[in-house]
Amino acid sequence: MSEHDCNAIEIAPGVHWIGALDPGLRSFDMILRTANGTTYNAYAVRGSDGVAIIDTVKAEFADEFFARLAHVARLEEIRVIVLNHLEPDHTGALPELLRRAPQARLIISKRAPAMLKALLKPTDDALDVEVVDTGDEVSLGDRRLRFLNTPYLHWPDTQCTYLVEQQVLFSGDVFGCHHCDLRLFNDRVGEFRFSFDYYYAHIMRPFKSHVRDALKLIEPLPLTLIAPAHGPILRERPRRYVTRYRELSSSGEGFDRPFEANDQPASLIVFYLSAYGSTTRMAEAVQAGAEAVPGLRVSLYDLEGSEIAPFIDLIEEADALAFGSPTVNGDAVKPIWDLLSSLGGISLRGKIGAAFGSYGWSGEAVPMIEDRLRGLKMRVPVSGLRLQLTPTAAELDACRAFGRQIAEAMTGTSNTSVSAERVIDFAELSP
Amino acid sequence: MAKAKVTFQDIDQTVNVPAGIRVIDVSEKIGAGIIYGCREGDCGTCMMHVVEGWNNLTEPSVLEEKVLRENMASRHDRLACQAQIIGDCTVKPA
Ligand SMILES: Cc1cc2nc3c(=O)[nH]c(=O)nc-3n(C[C@H](O)[C@H](O)[C@H](O)COP(=O)(O)O)c2cc1C
Ligand code: FES
Ligand SMILES: [Fe+2]
Ligand SMILES: [Fe+2]
Repeated sequence: MSEHDCNAIEIAPGVHWIGALDPGLRSFDMILRTANGTTYNAYAVRGSDGVAIIDTVKAEFADEFFARLAHVARLEEIRVIVLNHLEPDHTGALPELLRRAPQARLIISKRAPAMLKALLKPTDDALDVEVVDTGDEVSLGDRRLRFLNTPYLHWPDTQCTYLVEQQVLFSGDVFGCHHCDLRLFNDRVGEFRFSFDYYYAHIMRPFKSHVRDALKLIEPLPLTLIAPAHGPILRERPRRYVTRYRELSSSGEGFDRPFEANDQPASLIVFYLSAYGSTTRMAEAVQAGAEAVPGLRVSLYDLEGSEIAPFIDLIEEADALAFGSPTVNGDAVKPIWDLLSSLGGISLRGKIGAAFGSYGWSGEAVPMIEDRLRGLKMRVPVSGLRLQLTPTAAELDACRAFGRQIAEAMTGTSNTSVSAERVIDFAELSP
Repeated sequence: MAKAKVTFQDIDQTVNVPAGIRVIDVSEKIGAGIIYGCREGDCGTCMMHVVEGWNNLTEPSVLEEKVLRENMASRHDRLACQAQIIGDCTVKPA
């Protein structure tokens, strides 16, 4: 796009889009694909007392950003630069903006200062910033910017900015999507609902409980327009996108929903693979042992019989996961690793994990799976169960006991009251 | 060896630990909600709030104080990868 095409687009009185279009992009952050590129949305807000810039663009698009900015403001009019999110797709043009508008005050969230320093690596250490929290305001004369601290959507530093008088929410990556369309507004662009849900699933879903915290701040606001940092500007029925986030973040609450308060029974899923049937028999015994504990639903799946994708939602909603794998060439088998490397989109924190399996002589699979479960921030309260080759009757008893221990760890030991303080010894924790 | 009790309020779990151990080493094993990044007192990710027993953790170093300041720590926040347990205390994610 040549620079003379680079106009600013008014999205509300005195508020202009000064972002950049990246129609050629096909893969973003290594984890997201897009069939028609993306936009890096930046905004200029003019008040009677100066101009605020909200976010910038990816470094390669700085020229486009400055060209659009030049249509609506002179550099010396810029009083504040608000950074809703420090990721380089929004801060790429910041160093140049700070050079051109050195008088502007940087406004960032409370978790941002250290990250900003790490991002810009300033040589003189004299980065002057103003830190804001929920409810803080900055006046531009006849209009005010108010801040909402919304951490982990999707970085620790993320925040939203609300233009009080116009009821415009600059939401950062929240409510954004990768969809590049010059028509810019949600009532004009092509179909993008799938991109919206897809973006949520890959970027926001891992931080579901933070999404719900943020919605508590956002839902009470009157909204005429949502101006996210990627994709269409949401001016037609903006609230339905807030509702969509509420819907998407409400299912499968996992660990943050206490078992007692839940009408669904606590759920344990046992996944396994087996070449000669020994690990299968172990898995069945683990299931039987767990099922003997009341108030539990136990499911058993042979990973050889399914794709991984259908299990992701189940896993998110489960309270505990047990994995059975034989040791093959000193490792667990590949479908286990495929599954355990496909869970980046959901939070496993605090769920209970366990591993078991049959082995021939060295038995590496079980401890390797347990390490991975801990790496995924799961708790591994019952240490893994390995047994050599074919299980004996006594060994199958041990499998049933193992299943029962997992179940008891899930429900809290059945004969102590739930409020009783639970004390364990550090030495009992698995290595 | 001297012993202490550390309670992770978010998961309602208490652990008997040998004195001197870092909070992060216990919290990650037990699956409490304190998250971490560098584990070297640099990134501030592991910030936690000390609910009780502030004086039963080793004193923060000058470097830890600096990271806490940079991350806008509130009163009685510490880095779980730096604070060592020397007596009974209760912590939760900041
Ligand atoms: C989608 C996404 C998720 C990220 N998650 C984390 C994270 O959980 N922890 C972390 O320390 N950094 C995280 N980062 C930050 C990257 O590690 C950081 O930007 C790094 O500098 C990227 O390195 P690269 O330039 O080699 O891609 C994340 C970045 C992206 C884009
Ligand atoms: S984990 Fe980085 S400061 Fe503790
Ligand atoms: Fe981002
Ligand atoms: Fe982004």
